[in-house]
Amino acid sequence: MTAAAMPSFRSAHPFVNYRLNSAYDEMFGAPGIPREFYQALHRTLVGLPPEELRKSQQAADLTFLHEGITFTVYGSKEGTERIFPNDLIPRIIPAAEWAKIERGLAQRLTALNMFLRDIYHEGRILSEGIVPRELVYSCKHFRREMRGLNVPRDVYVSICGTDLVRLPDGNFVVLEDNLRVPSGVSYMLANRKALKAVFPKMFRDYGVCPIDHYPQALLATLRSLIPENCKFSQDPVIVLLTPGVSNSAHFEHTFLAQQMGIELVEGRDLLVHDNVVYMRTTAGPRRVDVIYRRVDDDFIDPLCFRPDSILGVPGLLNAYRAGNVNLANAIGTGLADDKAVYAYVPKIIRFYLDEEPILHNVPTYLLTDAAQRKHVLENLENMVVKAVGESGGYEMLIGPQSTKIQREDFRARILADPRNYIAQPTLALSCAPCLIDGEVESRHIDLRPYVLMGEKVTLVPGGLTRVALRKGSLVVNSSQGGGSKDTWVLRAAHGEDPLSQISDEVWNGLARKKPE
Amino acid sequence: MRASRNYFVQTFQRDTGMLSRVADSLYWMSRYLERADHTARLLDVELQLWLDQTPEAGAARWRFLLEALRLPAAEAASVEPTRLLDTLVFSRENTSSIVSCIATARENLRHVREQCSSEMWEQLNRLYLQVIEPWPEETWMQKSHAFFHAVQEGAHLFQGITDGTMSHGEGWQYIQLGRYVERTDTLAALMETHFSRVSHPADQTVESAEYLEWVGLLRACLAFESYCKTYTAEIRPLRVAEFLLMNPDFPHAMRFSVDRVNAALHLIGELTERREELPTRIAGRLRAQLSFSQIEEVMVEGVQAYLKNIRSECAQIHAAIHQIYFDYSIESELAYE
Repeated sequence: MTAAAMPSFRSAHPFVNYRLNSAYDEMFGAPGIPREFYQALHRTLVGLPPEELRKSQQAADLTFLHEGITFTVYGSKEGTERIFPNDLIPRIIPAAEWAKIERGLAQRLTALNMFLRDIYHEGRILSEGIVPRELVYSCKHFRREMRGLNVPRDVYVSICGTDLVRLPDGNFVVLEDNLRVPSGVSYMLANRKALKAVFPKMFRDYGVCPIDHYPQALLATLRSLIPENCKFSQDPVIVLLTPGVSNSAHFEHTFLAQQMGIELVEGRDLLVHDNVVYMRTTAGPRRVDVIYRRVDDDFIDPLCFRPDSILGVPGLLNAYRAGNVNLANAIGTGLADDKAVYAYVPKIIRFYLDEEPILHNVPTYLLTDAAQRKHVLENLENMVVKAVGESGGYEMLIGPQSTKIQREDFRARILADPRNYIAQPTLALSCAPCLIDGEVESRHIDLRPYVLMGEKVTLVPGGLTRVALRKGSLVVNSSQGGGSKDTWVLRAAHGEDPLSQISDEVWNGLARKKPE
Repeated sequence: MRASRNYFVQTFQRDTGMLSRVADSLYWMSRYLERADHTARLLDVELQLWLDQTPEAGAARWRFLLEALRLPAAEAASVEPTRLLDTLVFSRENTSSIVSCIATARENLRHVREQCSSEMWEQLNRLYLQVIEPWPEETWMQKSHAFFHAVQEGAHLFQGITDGTMSHGEGWQYIQLGRYVERTDTLAALMETHFSRVSHPADQTVESAEYLEWVGLLRACLAFESYCKTYTAEIRPLRVAEFLLMNPDFPHAMRFSVDRVNAALHLIGELTERREELPTRIAGRLRAQLSFSQIEEVMVEGVQAYLKNIRSECAQIHAAIHQIYFDYSIESELAYE
């Protein structure tokens, strides 16, 4: 917008410079024409004076700062605390689309849990040659300590945050599974709180599914996962294990512990005696039954894993093996979100559930395969290369936005250790309107819904929509300059609420899982 | 199992006790803040007195000040007043300087933020930001009173906010405990130094030369006004000692502090079902001593010995709290199960 174009004191509406590109646009089906379920939002935004929008944004930012809704960026000298930028324009998902996502994610998590059980027991999928043995055993998150260990309800992954992206054809595909210690759910709840305060009327009129019961659902999930030898199964003691205040997600840990009414503990609060885990309280040691742990495998027990870790609890794994305590998530789940194993997930779903995957994968090149590696190395400038065991957007090459030096660096790394990397074609992630300096601009986004699995599969209808705030950027991770926005899943028509229910097919899948 | 306070909710086993680490942090947070407050009061009074002193008397005073604050006196002879003030107020190397104490208190609270009210955190954070602001040396003498005042006011505000916004459960009791253990200990050290330095017939009115010293002692305990209300402005060492040791109603008196330590330990004992434990017994003994001694007897036997004994009891209470509630051996605890 040029100054000359401004007719008078009131500037033109905020969408005046909004441009569509080749990616799918969440709000506009065609230039200037919003999709049906976005019309009311579009009208509201156009009707608001830009000054008003800017003020609302500032008010929301301030709330985040005061409540300490921050994360820590690693790599800088002394862990800088930043607020997680929140964008005020919600992302809207209609009921039908959500129903598909929900079924797809429940199916995927069910299959992945069966996969983990199989790998750490009989290994049927390996003997039948569906997934190559060397792929599994060369995975750095494979934990041989878990072999033969029976976990309650056979649930290895009870909390999962799967990253979905929407392709130009409008379909959601799975970009990666986060099966270790996924974070971000507190921002989902904080965004919702902020948006309700800014647009109360519109929020009501839209008929948005509530998500505020997430902590309760998480607690119920954890309660359903009590270990074999739980003493007071009616009232198990559940704790959240945090690495401490210097962890990037510490805010989330305190928030969730507070919301669930459970103790927030550090490694030094717990101790193991006779294979039983206790926490040290002023009234003496109190037995702990379930640990929602936000400490990585590597650090959780210095007797088994990294001996230099002071974040963990010596002897925890023995207590776990003895069935005296349960961990959520289990140890060794990182095997199933290895980015090379990811390529096999469709086969894994077909193998265990005998169903076609509802949500598809992104095509993935395995660099251990000579032909695929050759193709990737010849086309590096069009590829996204990721390290298989990393998360958070660390150690990643975005071909089209890379320099020659970076590409050469990755070429050398791939050749040195092909098992450690995979490549995917660069995807045009869908775009959504975001408020940038009082104007609306288009930015790439993804979606991370949170799936819980205990006695049953639970999804709260919503998720964290992450935004790549830098113009044109495809990296949405908070550690790499990403922000987030509220995600509105609309209620289904006719007053019925199918969203919190899991479809029959998936239930059947679950039932098949327990032949014994 | 203790009776449920809420008659409609069944109490479970898990209802008793809190994380030892959290209790420990709250206790230390409170001790450090009390120490900062105490040091600020002492220095404030000291700087006021300094104005009325001859230069020779001045130098000796600083050594006593360090002694009253339990800092190694070795440094004192060589160090001139401005450097010394810097050590006592701003230095981060000195873990007992005012700024260090407030920073440590804040760090302790930061680790257990979810256990306190957000108002408490905001107040302590504000106080911290206020004291770490640079105070230029040239204007320091002009502003020192304002600085010490801000520290004291910040600590009082924190105490009020704590009482008004935090649930008065077990955690709150550890905050009380920390404050009054520290107060008992610092007051004992201050009085011990004072009585060793200023000798005066106990039951005679003090003369003008020493008058300022005794008023200074009372002021350092915020006690001058209350003393006057009790005994009139006539200052006698016996009365000062009686007031600071045995007054049951004045918040900076020894007896009051020990009463509070007792009350907190008693409630913690109830809440954790450890009524008969060591800390309660030592604190009860100390309380009985203060409640039933006669000040004349104390003066005859020597105030300093009496205070030394109090400090040793105080150290024992501290050690016992640690041993019973924070850092017990797991084997001995589980042996009872």
